[in-house]
Amino acid sequence: MTTTPFGVETATRATAAAARATDLSKVYGEGETQVIALDSVSVEFHQAEFTAIMGPSGSGKSTLMHCMAGLDTISSGSARIGDVELTTLKDKKLTQLRRDKIGFIFQAFNLLPTLNALENITLPMDIAGRKADQAWLDQVVATVGLAGRLKHRPNQLSGGQQQRVAVARALAGQPEIIFADEPTGNLDSRSGAEVLGFLRNSVRELGQTVVMVTHDPVAAAYSDRVVFLADGRIVDELRNPTADSVLDRMKRFDAKGRTS
Amino acid sequence: MLRTALRNVLAHKARLLMTVLAVMLGVAFVAGTLVFTNTISDAYQKSSQKGFKGVDVAITPDKKDDDAAHPGEAPRLSQRLLDQAAKSPGAASAYGVVKGSSSLADKKGDLIGGGFSNLGGNYYPGANGKDPRYNMAEGRAPKSAGEIALDSRTAERGHYKAGDSIRVSVDGPVRTEKVVGVFTTDDGNVAAGGTLALYDTVTAQKLFGKPGQFDEIDVKAAAGTSQSTLKSSIDKILPEQAKANTAKKLAKDQAKAIEEGMSSMQTAMLVFAGIALFVGIFIIVNTFSMLVAQRTRELALMRAVGATRRQVTRSVLIEATVVGAVAAVVGLAAGVGIGAVLRSVLNSTGATVPDGPLAVAPTTVLTSVVVGVVVTVLSAWLPGRRAAKIPPVAAMNSVHAAPTTRGLVVRNTIGTILAAAGAALVVTGARMGSDGKGPMAFGAAVLVIGVFVLTPLLSRPLIAAAAPVLRIFGMPGKLARQNAVRNPRRTAATASALMVGLTLITGMTVIAGSMQKGIDKMAADGLRSDYVVSMGTPGGRPLSPEVSKSLAKLPEVTSISPLRSSPARVAGDSASLMGVDPKAIKDQVGMDFTEGSFGALGGTKALVDDKIADKNHWKVGSVIPVTYEDGRGGKLTVGGIYEGNQMINGVMVDSATVTPHMATVADFQVMLKTKGGATEHNKDLLKKTLGQNPAIKIQNKQDISDEIASAFTLMLNMLYGLLAMAVIVAVLGVINTLAMSVFERSKEIGMLRAIGLDRGGIKRMVRLESLVISLFGGVLGLSLGVFFGWAAGELIATELPSYELVLPWPRMGLFLLMAALVGVIAALWPARRAAKLNMLAAIKAE
Repeated sequence: MTTTPFGVETATRATAAAARATDLSKVYGEGETQVIALDSVSVEFHQAEFTAIMGPSGSGKSTLMHCMAGLDTISSGSARIGDVELTTLKDKKLTQLRRDKIGFIFQAFNLLPTLNALENITLPMDIAGRKADQAWLDQVVATVGLAGRLKHRPNQLSGGQQQRVAVARALAGQPEIIFADEPTGNLDSRSGAEVLGFLRNSVRELGQTVVMVTHDPVAAAYSDRVVFLADGRIVDELRNPTADSVLDRMKRFDAKGRTS
Repeated sequence: MLRTALRNVLAHKARLLMTVLAVMLGVAFVAGTLVFTNTISDAYQKSSQKGFKGVDVAITPDKKDDDAAHPGEAPRLSQRLLDQAAKSPGAASAYGVVKGSSSLADKKGDLIGGGFSNLGGNYYPGANGKDPRYNMAEGRAPKSAGEIALDSRTAERGHYKAGDSIRVSVDGPVRTEKVVGVFTTDDGNVAAGGTLALYDTVTAQKLFGKPGQFDEIDVKAAAGTSQSTLKSSIDKILPEQAKANTAKKLAKDQAKAIEEGMSSMQTAMLVFAGIALFVGIFIIVNTFSMLVAQRTRELALMRAVGATRRQVTRSVLIEATVVGAVAAVVGLAAGVGIGAVLRSVLNSTGATVPDGPLAVAPTTVLTSVVVGVVVTVLSAWLPGRRAAKIPPVAAMNSVHAAPTTRGLVVRNTIGTILAAAGAALVVTGARMGSDGKGPMAFGAAVLVIGVFVLTPLLSRPLIAAAAPVLRIFGMPGKLARQNAVRNPRRTAATASALMVGLTLITGMTVIAGSMQKGIDKMAADGLRSDYVVSMGTPGGRPLSPEVSKSLAKLPEVTSISPLRSSPARVAGDSASLMGVDPKAIKDQVGMDFTEGSFGALGGTKALVDDKIADKNHWKVGSVIPVTYEDGRGGKLTVGGIYEGNQMINGVMVDSATVTPHMATVADFQVMLKTKGGATEHNKDLLKKTLGQNPAIKIQNKQDISDEIASAFTLMLNMLYGLLAMAVIVAVLGVINTLAMSVFERSKEIGMLRAIGLDRGGIKRMVRLESLVISLFGGVLGLSLGVFFGWAAGELIATELPSYELVLPWPRMGLFLLMAALVGVIAALWPARRAAKLNMLAAIKAE
């Protein structure tokens, strides 16, 4: 378990960056009421790696994810998905980028109640008017264990099953990167563990890139690398975390936050 | 609680505006109708009262309703009676009135006043040389034959002044008279836009009636004598067939007649107002449902902190009362405006309405406000109850109250029973002939209610049927279809608003088109003449026999028959005998004989239609006792029985048989055939022969069909105009429903945006949902309309055998297109709103 000093980028892996932020700032409001949510953040998310973003509430972790995923605009700096600079894209191109290159998993599942499980899984491809790769789709469905429930509507599925549908939806399009926003926030611990297991497997076995925002050290322990945010800045990172090491680090921040 | 309710009213301005607008439209319609009809009937009443200014008692000929001894009209009043009346105790003066029709041509030769009311009268100089009814504004009163005076409005319209020559027609041949004066008058007909020409009394009597006779004698009371005293003294000198009335009673009777005449129009307009309100109810219910849905958490919080159910209901109802009251007041103001606009529209079409102030009666104000408030509060009651049922725990919950599917089973059962019963009644009514009107109207109402109750059930299969088309639009199309059936009740309520309007308008269009076809066919089958000549002024005197005589002399006219009608009693019932030329008539009309033939006509042999024959069990050879117009008895023999229709029916005899008995020999029509058929040349020739008479109509088959058609067209256009209102209300309803859907699905829309549906896709999705709902309502309305059109047609066919169901496909296509347009327009704003939705706020878990 090696730790690196603050702000120093570890380039020990030979893999390229799936997404990268350079001096990314996000400012809300103007003048007196100005709030700096992200303050010159530079970070890379590597291909085939499972990264967790952690930090206390208000640290800017969700904002970072939204900006990186093209859901929110940025005030200055740069955000890239692969080679594409998000700041130069108009809404239409940005929407296409999200559709074709990014997968999303939300805390509240966000499935369409009118569509059955399979239709929800293929929704991004249907919007694009693309045919799903059937072999891949079968593999994804088998992986998340939904084979028997594809014709069910979301309201006929448990929370865990719904989130597995959401995971399958994110995976089905073989995106360059998947962003997961508190994916276990609405689940009991067993269902949460299942979902996190799928995410880790998709990285290990399918070579997927996943970025997850969480405040749960147990969830973060499933990742390969944890990036810590506080007050809009990256304050630390941790490789091959365990729940205990993450919790330790969090406690240190808390203590530090209180003393400083 | 009151303060919270009021604060809520103001908190949601856009939605508030929509609700107010919906209620306002309904109220404006009701108020506008009342103001318009009140204004007109007030004005007519005033002008009719003015018309009796110089009169205390009026003597008129009196015909008893069922006077077997005198089938003809009562004799007019004599000069002797006038002299006696003037001398009777309590009378100051008396003058005689002669009435008739006089059609005036403008300098181009066209009829002034469009045949609405072209009257003629007499100037009766009193002791001071003046007639109290008329006030000469220019020139002098007519004194001898060849002189005429015009009312000022007519003079203005025809650009005539004293000294000009004018072409006039009374009953046929055109006369050229000299305008000697222009007068003003309070006469109701003139105030209403009719024309009035005055002659000296002797000339008027010669032109309109029999010399030395009057249509009415007006007596003025001496100072100090009451109208009723004068009446009783006059009653003593009255001949058998005459009666006297006080001016007060006459004015009252006239006012009552006007009110009755207006009431059918008022009813018709109120029906439309009712439809507008009915449609408005859907919107109000939807709006308040939306308010309640949006405030679920807030209301639950209030329940959690201790508000009772009743308080929650009351807060919704208070909100409704405020909205209703505001809308009613605005609607009332708009209604007064509508009333004023309607009057000026009526004025501009030439049907001049007497001038008068806009009448805003207290009942109008009260009705409008009560209707507005009551409808709004009643509509809000259901959502209010639903609001009260929100459990306090919903405050802690993020999900909104899901629409229940419970109750649809009961609803569908009731709907099916109602719709089936209604449809059965309508079909039964259609089979019953003329007795079927009642059952059919009742059945139609039940069917509409049944379909309305069933709309949620119908929405699924009908909207699913649109799937192949929507597939073209990809994912947004699919989502739109699914969203449209997600809340069947709301979709149904929205679509019903359009359905009601389209049902009416489609039904009317189908009936009008079919009737038109039937009439065309009847004219084509039943009418063999090339031209029909008749008097252009309705209610005017029929054509003088001179007309047919002069036309018969033309070498181009190959066959001609006058048609004259004489009141009589046939087999004890009052009927009219139609006199025709027995030789020429078979060339002019097509009749199907069940017994006998045209050849039998002549002398005392008559042709009768099948209805009369059936009723009296007549056969060819039956002898019919008749009493002629002049009271003389006689016997006719049935020579043939034919199938009657709207154009030709009744008892037809040789004109030579009835003419000697007629008080005034005149023809209501002259039918003729010309060499080479109906051509421009022949028409010009006929016109020229009749001296370019402005009052005489010369029509070929097409003209006659067109004339009947124009009446339908006018009625339809009025309907279209009024139903535009219902459409506007329907648009508001669709906007409302969509706004609600977008609000409820903001999370889904955010997610769709996040995973890659662009703004255009979101907009398309909302628009298509709107389109699907509107077209659903449109299809339902069209289907019901066609069904009702068919059913009503079955009834009409019993009266008009040539009636034929014609489906006006282009029109129906247009209506469907209009429904689609409603959908597209209504979706503009909600679609924009959905596309602009803040993605992050929407996906964020609460």
